[in-house]
Amino acid sequence: MKEYFHSVILDETKCNGCTNCMRRCPTEAIRIKDKKAHIIKERCIDCGECIRVCPYYAQNSATDDLNKLKEYKFNIAIVPFSMYGQFSSDLDMDKIFQGIKSLGFDYVYDEAHAADIATISIKQEIKKTDLPKPIISSLCPAVLRLIQINFPSLIDNIIRIESPMEIAGRLAKKKVMDEYNLDSDEVGVFYLTHCPAKVTSIKNPIGIKNSYIDGAIAIKRIYGDILRNATTVKKVESFSKGSSLGIGWAKVGGQSEALGIENYIAVDGIENVIKVLEEAELGKLDNIDYIEAMACVGGCVGGPLTVENPFIAKSRIRRTIEEKSKIMRVNEEEILNLYKEGIFSLTEEIEAKGIMKLDEDIKMAIRKIEKIKQITDSLPGLDCGSCGAPTCRALAEDIVLGYATIDNCVFRMNKSTNISK
Amino acid sequence: MNKKDDTIKLEYDIIQNDFVRAGEASSNVKKILKQLGIDSKIIRRVAIVTYEAEMNIVIHSYGGKLLVEISSKKIEITAKDNGPGIEDIEKAMQEGFSTASNEIRELGFGAGMGLPNMKKCSDVLKIDSEKGKGTTVYMEIFMKSNQN
Ligand SMILES: Nc1ncnc2c1ncn2[C@@H]1O[C@H](COP(=O)(O)OP(=O)(O)OP(=O)(O)O)[C@@H](O)[C@H]1O
Ligand code: SF4
Ligand SMILES: [Mg+2]
Repeated sequence: MKEYFHSVILDETKCNGCTNCMRRCPTEAIRIKDKKAHIIKERCIDCGECIRVCPYYAQNSATDDLNKLKEYKFNIAIVPFSMYGQFSSDLDMDKIFQGIKSLGFDYVYDEAHAADIATISIKQEIKKTDLPKPIISSLCPAVLRLIQINFPSLIDNIIRIESPMEIAGRLAKKKVMDEYNLDSDEVGVFYLTHCPAKVTSIKNPIGIKNSYIDGAIAIKRIYGDILRNATTVKKVESFSKGSSLGIGWAKVGGQSEALGIENYIAVDGIENVIKVLEEAELGKLDNIDYIEAMACVGGCVGGPLTVENPFIAKSRIRRTIEEKSKIMRVNEEEILNLYKEGIFSLTEEIEAKGIMKLDEDIKMAIRKIEKIKQITDSLPGLDCGSCGAPTCRALAEDIVLGYATIDNCVFRMNKSTNISK
Repeated sequence: MNKKDDTIKLEYDIIQNDFVRAGEASSNVKKILKQLGIDSKIIRRVAIVTYEAEMNIVIHSYGGKLLVEISSKKIEITAKDNGPGIEDIEKAMQEGFSTASNEIRELGFGAGMGLPNMKKCSDVLKIDSEKGKGTTVYMEIFMKSNQN
């Protein structure tokens, strides 16, 4: 079942069925059954809201650990731009990179550097005059999945350029293979991740055939080790890093700033993203050039697998950007050539997922809608969640689809109402 | 309950100047169309026309109703209000014609594009309006569209 792999998973032993995650899930993908949460895989967009709200740490993200490095001869760490917000500003970034390297990596690559390359490519891409407006950023895989499920009419608006993570994976791997004369399968590329949706997109890429990343390690699992290493290392190399504009991609609004686009909407937090996409679907944002929509509050700095408070992390990144140079350490001509060859372009179609569909046959679907309406009207309308569905209407839908029965409602007003499935 | 069991009838009250709830009806209709598995291009057209019709009732009328009837063949949208009616329908249909006040324009409405967009996005459009009485805008969008 490759199709429905998800990074977000539930540890049943920790879950006590409290309904926090179910109420918070933006796509109504969680139900509680027998006092345990269940994720409806087809609906999950891996935004990680449930990981954030779970008081028992039962919701988590399936990531790799450092043992996986043993599978490769040579290991590369891709350091996400969000890392710039994770440690005290007193700590030099080179020390942090060194601390990461001494976890067992042979080479460290800064995603912010790949963001610079993405910036150059997107700048070219948006010069094309036939792109449907508003153009939507391809950075956040949770938002892309949301569009596939809920806003399929906006699929054509997604910019067809790979995310910095993939660009980083590809370029780092190539560089290492050339420089050290290694075969592709001897090199392991690991993304240090703030983001469960990125983990999913490694296994199930959106818009490309295969990911260039071999594994993902959650920042929160290695944070302590990085910190210890960074504060104790003796010799510190000088690592090649992205420009301040590339680092800025970590916070919402940073992309548009790097791209020099003025007429943009930067929206963060999945509920807010949904509102903006609703407007876009109505054609009300056709006059906007670029939408940077990020599932997490603050952007990737607020990723669920980070450690630092997103607001502190964001402020740190802002200060780092002010201090650092905007000059990109890239060979622009070379990048432009690669862009023209289509190296950074998405190659696969992003398909719509008709997951909300009630029935293949429209006449049956119409009947089901009627039934849902009827059942919803017979429920108390409290949206209390005791039945294990997030709203009364969601329970009605589950009943019609055969996943629940009316007896799940603890307040069922008229016990004698006989509603057949 | 419906006579025929293969149509869905949806009815929404639209209140004059209610900008807080404005757009709720069209967003609700959109959700249902997604559950029916209808093609996203058609959903988008229905969303646009219901939204524009809904907003015209909010902005230009004393209030009214939005009725949506969905069958496997077509979607019918009726926006009916209690006045004041449109003085010159032909003029109202022109792109850019609007009587919206400055306050309304500041909210981002009043480009005079609502009715022209409704025409563009629907397969059938009929407007009945009588000064002093009210306006009824009736539209049909076919499931198998002859539009691209
Ligand atoms: N239901 C209505 N009742 C009375 N007048 C209306 C109604 N609908 C439209 N009109 C008149 O027709 C004009 C054109 O309507 P249209 O929807 O095309 O543009 P608009 O509402 O003014 O601006 P926009 O829709 O671009 O925000 C309106 O300005 C108004 O004078
Ligand atoms: S905003 Fe960033 S961290 Fe959050 S889901 Fe999207 S890509 Fe992942
Ligand atoms: Mg209008």
